Amino acid sequence: MGQYLLRRVLIAIPTLLVISFVIFAILDLSPSDPVGNLPLTIPAEVREKIRETLGANDPFLVKYVKWLNQFLISEPLNVIEKITGTKFPGSEERLRYLSWQTRSPIIDLILERLPQTLWVVGTAYMFAIIIAIPIGVISAYKPYSIFDQVGTFLAMIGFSVPTFFTGLIFIIIFSVNLKWFPSIYDTTHRVTDIESFWVQMRQIFMPVAVLTLFFTAQLSRFTRSAMLDNLNQDYIRTARSKGLSERRVVIRHALRNSLIPVVTLVALGIPQIFQGALITEQIFRVNGLGQLLITAVQGGDLPMVQALTFIFAVLIVVFNVIADILYALVDPRIAYH
Amino acid sequence: MATTTKVSALPLDYKATQKPRTLWGDAWRRFRKHLLAMLGSTALIIIMLGITFGPLIWTLDPTYIDIVDSFSGMTAEHPFGTDNLGRDTLARVLYGGRVSLAIGVVAMLIGILIGTLVGLLAGYFKFLDSPLMRLTDMFLSLPLLPLLLVITLLFRDSLRVTFGPELGIFILTVIVIGCLGWMPTARLVRGEVLSMKEREFVVAARSLGAPDFRIVRNHILPNVLSPVIVSATFSIASAIITESALSFLGLGFPPDFPTWGRLLFDGKDFLTLTPALVLWPGLMISLTVLCVNFIGDGLRDALDPRITK
Repeated sequence: MGQYLLRRVLIAIPTLLVISFVIFAILDLSPSDPVGNLPLTIPAEVREKIRETLGANDPFLVKYVKWLNQFLISEPLNVIEKITGTKFPGSEERLRYLSWQTRSPIIDLILERLPQTLWVVGTAYMFAIIIAIPIGVISAYKPYSIFDQVGTFLAMIGFSVPTFFTGLIFIIIFSVNLKWFPSIYDTTHRVTDIESFWVQMRQIFMPVAVLTLFFTAQLSRFTRSAMLDNLNQDYIRTARSKGLSERRVVIRHALRNSLIPVVTLVALGIPQIFQGALITEQIFRVNGLGQLLITAVQGGDLPMVQALTFIFAVLIVVFNVIADILYALVDPRIAYH
Repeated sequence: MATTTKVSALPLDYKATQKPRTLWGDAWRRFRKHLLAMLGSTALIIIMLGITFGPLIWTLDPTYIDIVDSFSGMTAEHPFGTDNLGRDTLARVLYGGRVSLAIGVVAMLIGILIGTLVGLLAGYFKFLDSPLMRLTDMFLSLPLLPLLLVITLLFRDSLRVTFGPELGIFILTVIVIGCLGWMPTARLVRGEVLSMKEREFVVAARSLGAPDFRIVRNHILPNVLSPVIVSATFSIASAIITESALSFLGLGFPPDFPTWGRLLFDGKDFLTLTPALVLWPGLMISLTVLCVNFIGDGLRDALDPRITK
């Protein structure tokens, strides 16, 4: 098991390197100018100087290695320093990776935006798991019953209707017509007492509901098919003929085995939801990571875009590894080779 | 004499009533039984007819600006209402549908072509399997939406100069969506090819001396066709959604060029004034994607040779 784990992690490293290279190359080869957004009154020589100090004129590979070094060594140290408050030797000389737009360290900006995204996305994902698994189980227990048919139909609608449309519909219904929930998520809001907690609940409702609907549709279908596979197995018949109660057969025997693929899907879905939140954050004006990326893209802020895209890629690779490890942990049939 | 004619008449009659059952005929028979898939196909055909011939009947110019008549609501003159500049939403939705569907289909073709090719090569040639699958895994680890945003933004201007604003964005969107969406097909095809390669008919063909190309073309490709068709259907749906998402984030087509996503993006600032502005394009996207997904479901059941009803 230990060896399997090690090998799985080691395979992830070259993948990450290649991905980082691809992301870096796409952005670096693009015709984007770090001084493009500066006022036109700046003379050409000064412009050239600024470009030089930003390191935009270095050869490609030099830039890549510098970037990699910055991203893999310097920035994690910066983060650790920021979180723990300790100082490592050389922390004064260590470079900070700066955004072209705001001139502030990228990592600080990301850490600032991360909680908002995590809150919205995390809550939605949790709700989706809680709702989807029972629906999937009941659908599979009585396939082609009315419950199952309705469930299948709703799930189909759930993942056919894009989140940007459900979001707008929610705004039209709940905030324009009924005026129940605010359409804009106010991130400066602090929860101090019952009343402000209530305000927080109201403003988080719509973004969470939109994302929950979308994940629930996918997860419930997946749980259903996993359950269906297991309910037809011989060991279920054995369990029933032993005289176990239906409840025990379904929950202890079938569900536990069905959760193996579901757990992997849940782990694999986490990076996806960060990307899905891009759109939801845009609709409800949540100033999370997605919004940070979009403003960076629109402003041509290459370092920020590179950093965020790379972080998304890291998330995908890391959760792929986690999914594989979880799979090996919960399913003893998997051979580690 | 009479008896002989009778005897010979019987098999003749028999042949006339019993048509030979073909693979595609069987698939069609099963597909017809799938209620939702049939509903989906009907609705999709209506949508396609609408966006093809609709602008011929509804002749209002989608770019005609009539500022006096802005936000008109749903009236007889403008059944879907008008936007902030008084442009007719129905005409814009009809035109937008052409672009959205065209993008869906072309992006699907690109994705399926690459995916099938990679899958066939990886499945058939052992020495290509590992590198190609590594490549697929790597592509699967790329964050799609952020990359799409970035690529469209970065290369938009150069393509706009070469091909003009509309065609340039069309080419870019289609290529990017296609090139970032082939991986599931490649995996699927590879799996099918791997299981097909060891079958008796392939071994027989090989022992008769058939070259690799002919084995792949005549024996393997027809057998992996049905999963490819199913996956193609689903990828049309996802391409339409991706394009709309791009446009919705303001990074798709230029503003006066209507696509469904772009219409949503333009309409979302006027939700309190006329919800109709986002309602119609949004409904059209959802309905189209829903239909395509239902058709995909139906095709999956119909084309699976293991299910024989």
